[in-house]
Amino acid sequence: MIKTDILIIGAGPTGLFAVFEAGLLKLKCHLIDALPQAGGQCSEIYPKKPIYDIPAFPEILAGDLIDKLMEQIKPFEPGFTLGERAETIEKLEDETFIVTTNKGTKHHAPVVAIAGGLGSFEPRKPPIPNISDFEDKGVEYIIRNPEIYRNKKVVIAGGGDSALDWCVFLSNVASEVTLVHRRNEFRGALDSVDKVQELKNSGKINLITPAEITGIIGDVQVTGVTIAKKDEEPYALMTDHFIPLFGLSPKLGRIADWGLEIEKNAIKVNNALDYQTNIPGIYAIGDVNTYPGKLKLILCGFHEATLMCQSAYQRIFPDKKYVMKYTTVGGVQGFDGSKKEASKSVIKTIN
Amino acid sequence: MSDINIKITDREGATHRIQAPTDMAMNLMELVRSYELAAEGTIGVCGGMAMCASCQYYILSDHELPDMSADEDMMLAEAFYVEDNSRLGCQIPITPELEGLEIQMAPES
Repeated sequence: MIKTDILIIGAGPTGLFAVFEAGLLKLKCHLIDALPQAGGQCSEIYPKKPIYDIPAFPEILAGDLIDKLMEQIKPFEPGFTLGERAETIEKLEDETFIVTTNKGTKHHAPVVAIAGGLGSFEPRKPPIPNISDFEDKGVEYIIRNPEIYRNKKVVIAGGGDSALDWCVFLSNVASEVTLVHRRNEFRGALDSVDKVQELKNSGKINLITPAEITGIIGDVQVTGVTIAKKDEEPYALMTDHFIPLFGLSPKLGRIADWGLEIEKNAIKVNNALDYQTNIPGIYAIGDVNTYPGKLKLILCGFHEATLMCQSAYQRIFPDKKYVMKYTTVGGVQGFDGSKKEASKSVIKTIN
Repeated sequence: MSDINIKITDREGATHRIQAPTDMAMNLMELVRSYELAAEGTIGVCGGMAMCASCQYYILSDHELPDMSADEDMMLAEAFYVEDNSRLGCQIPITPELEGLEIQMAPES
């Protein structure tokens, strides 16, 4: 069981900044995120895109913003459960919570802060009628263990980086790799495109473009797929695995079943006070919450995270009085023993 | 008056004739959001960067639209339910030339 003071669900910019504000109050944080890396949408969707409305940064790339946040919170030694989705929450008699992920990892904390953005990222599933019948029976949307493809026939669909990269990787593992894409052009990194071109030229992979997978063939297990090229008769291609790689899209998912008040796909919070939800002890901050006048901006998430931490402190230590101290005055004392503080002025006499 | 008329068929098949401003730097994705014609979180997921295709529309009228950028083209190449008349609403600014435009929202995916 992982124990912490504030359990943060979602490791995007808002969740990460909450670690800093909690750290100033000597509260420890642990973050859960369905993605394998921290940063949320900033890392997953648009790391190379600029953001212009982060105060004091006239321009910063989303990926760089995450790097800087990670640097800022490092002294507070946050814990991470990455690549796992928060599934269930249980309130104990002492008003603390246990949150369990889809892989069964349990987390115990007196305060839960949901900073889940638009939800957890899940693979986009192509609209092939019988595809759900074959999930984990030859259809995989995420490659978890490349070894299962050893000496097997594999069909990959998609035109982005993950489709190209896995195509390159699996060409050394699988007995046969076929890449199917609706266009002749690919939008992945140039060197990945070049590598796939080389593999195609040397006959190590089959490239079928412009084409689409329109059906899956098999009894219980996948035995083939139907490939349709524009203006041609669809045909069957025998394969052991079909791996559609069409990116990820966020879904609120199981959090919607936690008994929280939901409005317009977001969690209602009390913004006059502390961004608490209808369940005391559970807060929602950043893009995942809603209140009158809500704006889904990173800078608003930072503010919400700050007020949430103050309220969380009062919940954890109801008898303590706390007066906010400026970091310029109090410095930053990390849990790792590090200390940052403003340099003291030097006095020297002039004779 | 700088508003134009646009006819939008939502994902449930209902049609809406709405007034769209041409002087607010708004695009066709934001128009649907401002009139709440699709549930929040199911449209404009990436915020309008042509990186999610949640604002895919079918263009039903024969208006001349701005050319597709490479980003939009490649995103549509990976989207679902794509037809020859598919466009991403976030990439189409509302201009006076779009008066009378008719569009239909693609299914959620």
